[in-house]
Formats: sequence, structure tokens, C-alpha cells
Amino acid sequence: MRPGNLTQDFLRRFMENKLALLGGALVLALFVVSFLAPWLAPHNPNYIDVKAILIGPSSNHLFGTDHLGRDVLSRMIWGSRISLKVGFVAVGIATLIGVVLGALAGYYGGLVDSSIMRFVDLMLCFPAFFLILAVIAILEPSIWNIMIVIGVTGWMGVARLVRAEFLTLKTREFVQAARVLGASDLRIIFVHILPNALAPVLVSATLGVAGAILTESALSFLGIGVQPPTPSWGNILTAGKDNISIAWWLSLYPGLAILITVLGYNLLGEGVRDALDPRLKE
Amino acid sequence: MLLYLFKRIILMIPLLIGITIISFAVIHLAPGKPTDMSTMMNPKASLEAKKRLEQLYGLDKPLHIQYWNWFKRLVVLDFGRSFSPDRELVLNKIARRLPITILISVLSMVLIFIVAIPIGILSATRRNSLFDKITTVFVFIGFATPTFWLALLMMILFGVNLGWLPISGLKSLEYENFTFWGQIWDRTAHLIMPVLLSAFGGLAGMSRYMRSNMLEVIRQDYITTARAKGVSERMVIYKHALRNALMPVITILGLSVPGLIGGSVIFESIFAIPGMGQLFYSSVMSRDYPVVMGGLVIGAILTLAGNLLADISYALADPRIREGRS
Repeated sequence: MRPGNLTQDFLRRFMENKLALLGGALVLALFVVSFLAPWLAPHNPNYIDVKAILIGPSSNHLFGTDHLGRDVLSRMIWGSRISLKVGFVAVGIATLIGVVLGALAGYYGGLVDSSIMRFVDLMLCFPAFFLILAVIAILEPSIWNIMIVIGVTGWMGVARLVRAEFLTLKTREFVQAARVLGASDLRIIFVHILPNALAPVLVSATLGVAGAILTESALSFLGIGVQPPTPSWGNILTAGKDNISIAWWLSLYPGLAILITVLGYNLLGEGVRDALDPRLKE
Repeated sequence: MLLYLFKRIILMIPLLIGITIISFAVIHLAPGKPTDMSTMMNPKASLEAKKRLEQLYGLDKPLHIQYWNWFKRLVVLDFGRSFSPDRELVLNKIARRLPITILISVLSMVLIFIVAIPIGILSATRRNSLFDKITTVFVFIGFATPTFWLALLMMILFGVNLGWLPISGLKSLEYENFTFWGQIWDRTAHLIMPVLLSAFGGLAGMSRYMRSNMLEVIRQDYITTARAKGVSERMVIYKHALRNALMPVITILGLSVPGLIGGSVIFESIFAIPGMGQLFYSSVMSRDYPVVMGGLVIGAILTLAGNLLADISYALADPRIREGRS
């Protein structure tokens, strides 16, 4: 089969799946909103207006204002940038670590494999949220540290996945052919096998973005993630909690934004998986 | 069976040692020293005082010696003392809070089990029905919902607007004045929202998992055989299929322990519940390193215990493993 056919098949199956398209559209919307934030936001997200503290939704402030009189909609629009960044950087780090360790374990087998996989088992023993909190306790809470920590504690699934792919792929004829031709181990791993194992990695990365966004928002909500005045959906919700009995709008809208974004990435990820391998779809 | 159990426990020892190494490394490889907090905050702390403090905690020794000293004490369950002003034993601190978190986790596991299993069975046996479609939508939304946000919404609705449920703590201030039944209700009411929220993420996952298990099992030959010999559909589903579809669920329940414990940080701090999660969070915020290290170790041990319990239940349920008792 020519590669063109596979791509076309993939695209056709993807386009036929309405939920996958919805997911794609939601993710696209996140990109558009965060790139166009300066033009879309009706107000300056950090402008403090002491005369407009905790005002409910109105035509001037569609989603109301927070405890410092800042416009919630504008803060949410700017906050989308955080979610976008966290998703990409944290999952990028996790994927990189997972792919390298999984590839080494699957390709070399033996002692390399068992030591890497025992390390994976070990990392999975820790409640992820405990580990993340402990590391953040030491580092300063900042957007970069958050992304690194989420990445460094989230690579185990990818490693298992890549290892499994390598275990089957390394016995294939094209790998033997490459070896006969004198290709080095590194070349076989990264040039010959890895491209064939990337599809499931892509799917798990897309689903991983959803998880990373949820984790970041929870950390920011607890006050150890993105620090104010930088707006993030999680830290707007902190203000929502502090004013829970008087300002429902502070709690409702940012959470909805998280839900919709995470839903988008999940639908997109599942859609890509079903389109890559229709047999997986029950 | 006993031999099997013994083997499983022996295999855990290297993991336990690994857990202590990681918990130690996380705290000690980072820049800065645990004593920085108390010395930097205090302008009167001289260089000499700083040295003395480091000596007190053994921070002046090489890392592997520090680890070895800490590990030797861990083996006899000595986690050291908290940095907090009361200098309480870390073990006591954790022991006081752990039962609350375990209670909530067990209750939410039970809830997940009794709600998600029937949903999974129904959506598998009535595949593509309206019920199946509605639950699928709910599952997707469930996966995407931040638990802490749902907690806020429930607090607004049931706590603030309707006033049905209390929104913080484990009992009311006037608890002592209640009658016996009043006290029981008071305790229950305080647990409803935390347990629901702790179970929430698992509900979506488990019903989805049960559905695909069931679909998988129904396709097997022995189900066709059962149907062919004229067993009623009810019997086929609830006896032949269900038993087999439930097996992997046991493992998943065991694997859900770290998620439940990690999640306790979030809902315990929202609902002001004095459990393990809240302790861990407040120790992180005040950089109380002995408690943080102790919490990491205990959290990981609980995970191992959850896995072990799942393995034991699995062995009890599966004759192929159970038979190996001789």
C-alpha cells in the first residue's frame, strides 16, 4: 500500500466522525482565542477597577468582574494562553522522556528493559498529585516549573506504550534489513522503528494534553500553580471559591472553559485513534 | 495461596526501597536547604546558628549518609518530627489523619462499584440504545470535568442556595448538643459531597471500562455455547458473562488507589476536611519536609497495599490462581 492511501483513509475516516470533528473544532477555537487574545479581550485583564468589584454579568462585563474589579471574560481569554502552553510543553516533555526510555527498553530488552520498566512501576506507585506537590514545594511556583513538573511526572504511560510498539516492530523484516545494511542501533531506533510507532504516541499525547490542562488548573486553583496577576482558569476559580456565597459567575465560567477545552482534546484524541485503526473501535 | 501471597510481598521489598529513595531524592536534590525557611525568615540567624541547625538535622553530612540515617529510622517507622512549632512526631500526625482519607476513599470506591457496574452492564447489553448514548455523553463530560470546579458548583447549589448540606469540616460546631441520630446524620451530611466528588472521576472511567469488558466477554465462545444450549438471556448475562467481566474490575479498583489519595488533596482542602490530603498540602505550603517525605512514603505504600489487596481478591475469585494453593 502506498503511504498516500493510508493518509487518505485516515482523513476520510476522521472526517466521517462527527465527534472527532467537534473535538478538532474546539481545540482550534482554543488556538484562535489565545492567539487573538489582545484583540478579542474587551478589557485589560489586569485593570483593577475599585468601583466595579464583584459585579454580576452585564452588557459591559459579560462574565462579571472579580474581587479586584477586573473583567472575568478578558482574564479568561488571556488565561487560555496558559492552558495552551501547559498542554504543549508539559506533554512535550513527558512524550520526549517516555519515547526515549520506552524505545531503549523495547529495543535493547534484557537488563536495560527490566531496569527501565521497574523504574516505571516505581514512579506509578506514587499518587501523582503528591509527587507534583512535593516537587513544587521546593521549586518556586511558576508557569515553567509547573509545566516541567507535570511533564516529568507524566511520562510513564508513553514509555509503556512505546516499549510495547518496539517489542513487536524490532522483529520485523525491515529492521533486520536495516541491521544487515550496517545501520547503527541509534539509527535503527530513531530512523527506522520510531516513525512506525508514532501514531499511538500522537494519540496518547493528545489525551495527555487534556490531563495536563486539568492538572495545571487544579494546581493554580490550590495557589501553587500560575501566580496572580497572570490570569489562568485555575486561579480565577480560586477567587470563585473565596467569594462562593456572593459571586457564582467567578466559579461557573472558568470551569466551563476548562471542561470544553479538555473535552475537545479528548474527542480529538479518540477520533484520531479510531481513524488510525478502525479495529480499535469496539 | 499463602505461598502466592508470600511471593507477592517479597517482590514488594525492592519497590519499597525504591520508594524511599525517590521520596528522599525529591526533597534533597533540589536547590536550597530545608532549613532555609527558618533561617532566611529570621534576620537574627547568624551563619553559626545556621550551621548548628544544619548539624541538628544532619544536613552537613554527605547525601548517602543522610539517606542511610533516614532509612534506618524508617524501618522502625520513625519518620522524625515535624518542623511545625509543636514538633509533633510525623507518624502521629499522619496516623491521626489517614483514617479519614481512607474512609472517604473506601466509601467512594463502594459508590463507584455499585453505580458504575450496573451502568456498564446496561449500556453494553443495550448497545446503541438511548440509554447507552446518554451514558456515553455523560462519560465524556465526566472525563473532562475538573473535580474542584464541580465541588464549587455543588457548594453553591446545595450549600449556599439550597442550604441542604454543610460545606466544610466533618461535623458541625454544635455537634455535641445533637441527639444520637442527629449526630449520625450530621456526620453523614458532611461526608455526602466529599464522597460523591471523590468518586466522580472513577464513575466515568469505571462505567466505560465495565461496558467494554462486557462487550468483549459477550463475544466469547462460551457465551455462544451458553446461549446455544438454551440458557435464558438473563442467566447468560448475569451469571456467565458478568462473572468474567467483573474480574478485571478488581484490578482496576486496586489501581485507582493512588488517584483517590492524590485527589484527596483537592477535595479535602476545598471542604476543609482534616485528612491526609490536607495535611500533605499544608506541609507543602509550609515546607515541612519531614511530613512531606513521610506523606510521599505513606502514599506510595498505600498504593502498593491497594495493588496487593487487588491481587489477593483476584486470586480468591479466579480458580486458576486459587487452585495453586497446594
